[in-house]
Amino acid sequence: MTAKELVEKFELEVIAGPNLTVEIDGAYCGDLLSNVMARAEKSNLWLTVQGHQNVVAVALLVEISAVILVEGFEYDEQAIQKAEAKGVNLLKSSDKCYELAAKLAASGI
Amino acid sequence: MQKQQIMCKEIESFDFQSGGEASSNLKNILRKLGVNSDLVRKTSIVTYELEMNVVIHSLGGEITALISEEELEIRVDDVGPGIEDLDKAFTPGYSTASNEIREMGFGAGMGLVNVKRYADKLTIESSKENGTHVKVLIKLF
Ligand SMILES: Nc1ncnc2c1ncn2[C@@H]1O[C@H](COP(=O)(O)OP(=O)(O)OP(=O)(O)O)[C@@H](O)[C@H]1O
Ligand SMILES: [Mg+2]
Repeated sequence: MTAKELVEKFELEVIAGPNLTVEIDGAYCGDLLSNVMARAEKSNLWLTVQGHQNVVAVALLVEISAVILVEGFEYDEQAIQKAEAKGVNLLKSSDKCYELAAKLAASGI
Repeated sequence: MQKQQIMCKEIESFDFQSGGEASSNLKNILRKLGVNSDLVRKTSIVTYELEMNVVIHSLGGEITALISEEELEIRVDDVGPGIEDLDKAFTPGYSTASNEIREMGFGAGMGLVNVKRYADKLTIESSKENGTHVKVLIKLF
């Protein structure tokens, strides 16, 4: 599934979408950046409540397919600018982390 | 084997705006050099952890990357205040990060543990007077 198909299927909000044709492979949930770097895998979605610019830096290094900010949290303006510039997809959902993760899992991600 | 310097970048204390730039630059350089993607990823993680430690825990420093046919060398040097107890610093979960820093998702106390895991060789020297000096070697084969 591509990020674009994901957005449509799960009615996610696109905050920055510079690379929506990217393929998604699996997902990781977490808010501690060192753990994300140690455990998230390339092309994973990353579900988190962190919306600041360091999230973009980590997503870029780990080659995350898209960040999904859950539970209605907001991205910082700097995060959005950096994401557009570096080609990182920033999505948003009002679902709780577990709810969205369960939906993603049920659809085979 | 002669090593060639491929990057040298200054890191400022508490500069979260540029924090991560050195790692991101190095990643692009390694990609262009045709280094395989697993090694690029490992190196990026190591560099980012050390870079953010300089941003968060030190008064500023510098990251240098060198490459030869066989290996990559990452040097991270800062001007202090040094790490008081190195054994503690390498203990999973140990962190002196403030609440403000933790709210941003740092302070898991896993940074140096990650560095150790990905480095083929790691040397670290730290003192109050001379700051912290980390050298990481990553084999290219
Ligand atoms: N360059 C440095 N200068 C001074 N102290 C440091 C430096 N790097 C690490 N430390 C000390 O070692 C501790 C452990 O570092 P480590 O990177 O493992 O965890 P952290 O930075 O606290 O959290 P995380 O990296 O998981 O976000 C830090 O909390 C800090 O006390
Ligand atoms: Mg750290």
